Amino acid sequence: MSERAPTVAVAPRRKRLKGRDWAPYVFVSPFFIIFCLFGLFPLLFAVYLSFHQWDPAMGLEAMKWVGIENYTYILTQDDYFWKALYNTVWLGLASGLPQHLIGLPLAYLLHTVFGRMRNTVVGVYFLPFITSSVAISLVFTTLFSRDFGAVNSFLTGMSHTPVIGWLFPAQNIDWGQPQYIKPMIAFVVWWRYVGWNTVMYLAALQTISKDLFEAATMDGATRVQQFRFITLPLLKPMMFMCVTFTIIGNLQLFEEPFIITGGSGGLDMAGLTVAMHMYRTGFMDNDFGTAAAIAWLVFALIVVLTVINNKLLASKE
Amino acid sequence: MKNTFALKAGFVAVLTSLACSVTGAATTITVAAFPSLDAGVKAAIPAYKKLHPDVDIKLVSLAFADHHTAMTTSMATGSNLPDVMALEVGFIGRFAESGGLEDLSKPPYNATQFKDKFARFAVAQAVMPNGGLAAIPVDIGPGTLLYRKDIMDKAGVKEEDLTKSWESFIESGKKVKASTGAYMLAAAADLEAIYIRSNLRDGEGIFFDKAGKAIVDSPRFVKAFELAKVAHAAGIDGKIGAWSNEWSEGFKRGQIATQMMGAWLAGHLESWLAPNTKGLWRSAQLPGGAFASWGGSFYAIPTKAQHKPEAWEFIKYLTTDKAQQITAFRKLDAFPALIEAQSDPFVDEPVEFLGGQKARQLWRVAANKIPATDVDKYDTLAQEIVNAELEKVLEQNKDIKQALTDAKTLITKRARR
Repeated sequence: MSERAPTVAVAPRRKRLKGRDWAPYVFVSPFFIIFCLFGLFPLLFAVYLSFHQWDPAMGLEAMKWVGIENYTYILTQDDYFWKALYNTVWLGLASGLPQHLIGLPLAYLLHTVFGRMRNTVVGVYFLPFITSSVAISLVFTTLFSRDFGAVNSFLTGMSHTPVIGWLFPAQNIDWGQPQYIKPMIAFVVWWRYVGWNTVMYLAALQTISKDLFEAATMDGATRVQQFRFITLPLLKPMMFMCVTFTIIGNLQLFEEPFIITGGSGGLDMAGLTVAMHMYRTGFMDNDFGTAAAIAWLVFALIVVLTVINNKLLASKE
Repeated sequence: MKNTFALKAGFVAVLTSLACSVTGAATTITVAAFPSLDAGVKAAIPAYKKLHPDVDIKLVSLAFADHHTAMTTSMATGSNLPDVMALEVGFIGRFAESGGLEDLSKPPYNATQFKDKFARFAVAQAVMPNGGLAAIPVDIGPGTLLYRKDIMDKAGVKEEDLTKSWESFIESGKKVKASTGAYMLAAAADLEAIYIRSNLRDGEGIFFDKAGKAIVDSPRFVKAFELAKVAHAAGIDGKIGAWSNEWSEGFKRGQIATQMMGAWLAGHLESWLAPNTKGLWRSAQLPGGAFASWGGSFYAIPTKAQHKPEAWEFIKYLTTDKAQQITAFRKLDAFPALIEAQSDPFVDEPVEFLGGQKARQLWRVAANKIPATDVDKYDTLAQEIVNAELEKVLEQNKDIKQALTDAKTLITKRARR
């Protein structure tokens, strides 16, 4: 019996599938077909493309092998790429750090203070995340409009208040100027994603057993101590995940700066992100090879940063 | 049993469709266009159907940017190509050089015979590097100076002060700013954009010479940058980008006193930018005797199109048929590229939005004086880089010579191939 067992196990595999045997494969096939068509193929094609010079309007025949020339061009010659990278990192830090530094305490606050109202408040914080980024960007450009915007009229209005008036500008701020556009974009991005992070942290908080806090209270730990020694360590896995999402999302930042700067990157390219630069290289300059190479360089950067993040935050087992 | 029935039905269907194509029933040609050009196509279809009952026309219309992206990807893969492809002037250079469009100057099209029927400069824009013709112009955008009559009156500025020279334009701007507080122009970059296009001769390029070398450090650009800088220093520019919120609000509230752009801007002002300013605007020729064009559309046939003869017939109808061009002119206010159509009495009708001025006569004059400049595939790229450098000159006080040298280096670098 035991000697015959292997033959029994192998035989069905050799048997040709017929009729109902196909069913499971048919049912899982849509995903694989779609993934191959719209996921895997473009991915591989982009690798191939990044070693070519190609103006797509000339058709597929016009692809010309140039080796790593696209990469060397970007790294050594492409000033806009470096500028865009600087902007992206700037925006990533300025919008990403506060997302967590405010999101986490906010989640703690919602968790401990709000009772029945919590879900409503969470919903309000989450709302920006599910709103169209195009709509958000358009609304914010209107709010930050130089001559007619609500932000400027508030700021200049405040400058007339007696004691703290000197803190505010008396003149309308031109938010399109290089020194203002980055903070403005960072603010919009932060505003949009802080709710998402709060919800994630809140979900993690809710999984922490109440017993731990009760025990800590019995031992005489203050709230701050409880936060520092119970909440934070137990939130670490979630922090790792959220920070990873933020890194990936921020390095691919596109919609908000694209719409706020009208697609141009703004004065002195101060609002140009790497993703925008890639888009512009591809669709404005019609240089798809270089655009693909930019995409892969960004990918490499994301990998490096995620690995670093992994070293810093991921729980060691 | 069921299966055999389905098979039979399918067979019959195939047979009928074969039979139809043999007996010459309708061929369907696809036209890809963008708003508001698509309205012109739509308007042309019923009349065309009467002339050619055997041709059906399918119009595929996408938003401006999406249309051109879709056309780029279609050209890339050679699939899903329309038979008639509409192109805007900003994309014509790139597509004409791609080799993916039919050369309409060759048989069976022989479009060279129609060359003199169209505005000279528009035909020049569609010329391929090898001298062929990539597309036929359908409408053009003669440049004009739109100004607020009421604001000028208040400031005591006459029209000839605006148009005499660039210096007097800037001087008038100072008066306007001082007496009404309105910005003379939305952006100083507008001055530069027009100056670099003015006084060109036929065959000259704006950014590149015949050999494809960037010429952005020529005196023409130096002067253009200087003018923009003077205007900026005088504070008569609003630092407002076109098509922004500030821009349309500025028009609505009378904060922008003039705008230089294609004559079609009057239509945009009337319909959505600032309908409340009806009757307050006037049109004049550009300052300093400059003539330039903004926008303009073309029709082309992709090399891999399915129904080229039918496509060509339809393009001929859209572009060379006088009645058709006049319909588009009257309906959409699309200034016709066809010279015959420009003599339609519609040109002499007063434009209510411009206070009853017969502005189209003015635009016709401009259309005939715009030089037939040479377009280059990298014009858009060069334009972008020059604008970015101008911003540095204006906002960060960068030296003009240095800025233009940098622009030249950058253009050469980016258009490296």
